[in-house]
Amino acid sequence: MNHKKTAISDARIDEIIGNLLRAGVIISSLIVLIGGGLYLTRHGTEAPDYHIFHGEPSDLRNVLGIMKEVSTFSSRGMIQFGLLVLIATPVMRVLFTVVSFTIQRDRVYVGVTLIVLAVLLFSLSGASR
Amino acid sequence: MEGGATIRDMNNAAVEGGATGCFNKEKIMSIDVFSILIFVGSLTAGFLGALTGLGGGVVIVPLLTLVFGVDIRYAIGASLVSVIATSSSAAAAYVKEGFSNIRLGMFLEMATTFGALIGATLAGMISTQIIAVIFGIVLLYSAYLSTRGHSPATTADTPDFLANSLHLDSSYPSSNGLVSYHVRAIPTGFSLMFLAGALSGLLGIGSGSVKVLAMDQAMHVPFKVSTTTSNFMIGVTAAASAGIYLTRGYIDPGLAMPVMLGVVLGSLFGSRVLVSSKPRLLRIIFAGVILVLGLEMIYNGLMGWL
Repeated sequence: MNHKKTAISDARIDEIIGNLLRAGVIISSLIVLIGGGLYLTRHGTEAPDYHIFHGEPSDLRNVLGIMKEVSTFSSRGMIQFGLLVLIATPVMRVLFTVVSFTIQRDRVYVGVTLIVLAVLLFSLSGASR
Repeated sequence: MEGGATIRDMNNAAVEGGATGCFNKEKIMSIDVFSILIFVGSLTAGFLGALTGLGGGVVIVPLLTLVFGVDIRYAIGASLVSVIATSSSAAAAYVKEGFSNIRLGMFLEMATTFGALIGATLAGMISTQIIAVIFGIVLLYSAYLSTRGHSPATTADTPDFLANSLHLDSSYPSSNGLVSYHVRAIPTGFSLMFLAGALSGLLGIGSGSVKVLAMDQAMHVPFKVSTTTSNFMIGVTAAASAGIYLTRGYIDPGLAMPVMLGVVLGSLFGSRVLVSSKPRLLRIIFAGVILVLGLEMIYNGLMGWL
């Protein structure tokens, strides 16, 4: 290993990252499952409409809109919120890696990871209006 | 697999008849039935994808477009979400085993996430026909790669200057203790990763096969390290495209719900079975299915049906 030994071992960091990822998938799946149950109860007998692309309504395209939908117990809004938690999971993972490289005082990789984080946040910035 | 033509004709009939539902206008299926069928299809795709190691994401888009008549943009949005889910749950298991090279993964993610931004932006600019054809070509390539198997990587013995200064060389656990390895051809690997990211952003897939190719073949990373590191990169790459897709309205909750839940459960079962058996025959069959889907995507794309 080239990097310096520090108080927090690599194995411990790997364990935390593993748990973080698992928690993200489980929590988002549960939210999607609850929203999906509601969705099928309310709209199950309607006809699906995916052959022609319309795009989602604007409330389901950004974080604030999705929150608004969730507060009105919209089933589609709840599923979308679950998907948002899922998308946030790898972002949290990168954020955590920034922290772990900072603890290890690996400046090059703090920089590398911050660049990756910036690209992710840029992509999500369109959705956070 | 059923012939795509009959279903497509029914869809055309439904469109011409002014009905908005999928399939036949006389027998418009309800969201209940539609969701259950898509759940079962995604479960199977996730199961076979994990079992064969080919990834389930790559068959989700053909399944939704060719069989269920879903617009390719909705299909790509739903597929991308399922890719994040499988990558994260698989990485959760892998990361503890100590095979993944976090530094190598993070370094290459600069290329994949930037590529994904470009790919996802392009997806909004080029026609769905062209996307369908590119998708078909990627499917054919994946089928080819999977039948070829992997040649044992000849690990470089001499350290590479760039790899050394970036601390990319590492080691992995084996039955004989830690095995250390050197990484080489950083610029080539980095460029291939940019391509993998762009394809991921354009098509809503994990591009795992291109990522493994870059690390395994070009950079001479040991196979087990390249597969696990690639897996952890897939989720981060897909998250970079997901923001753009969400903003553009490609991610539909009603469609993504059965796809995501199905793929997650399917790959969970698939990865449990993987430990005990080596399904060579299944791998060949699945590769055959991917090949047929690839040809079908190209044909439908060229005919302007997708």
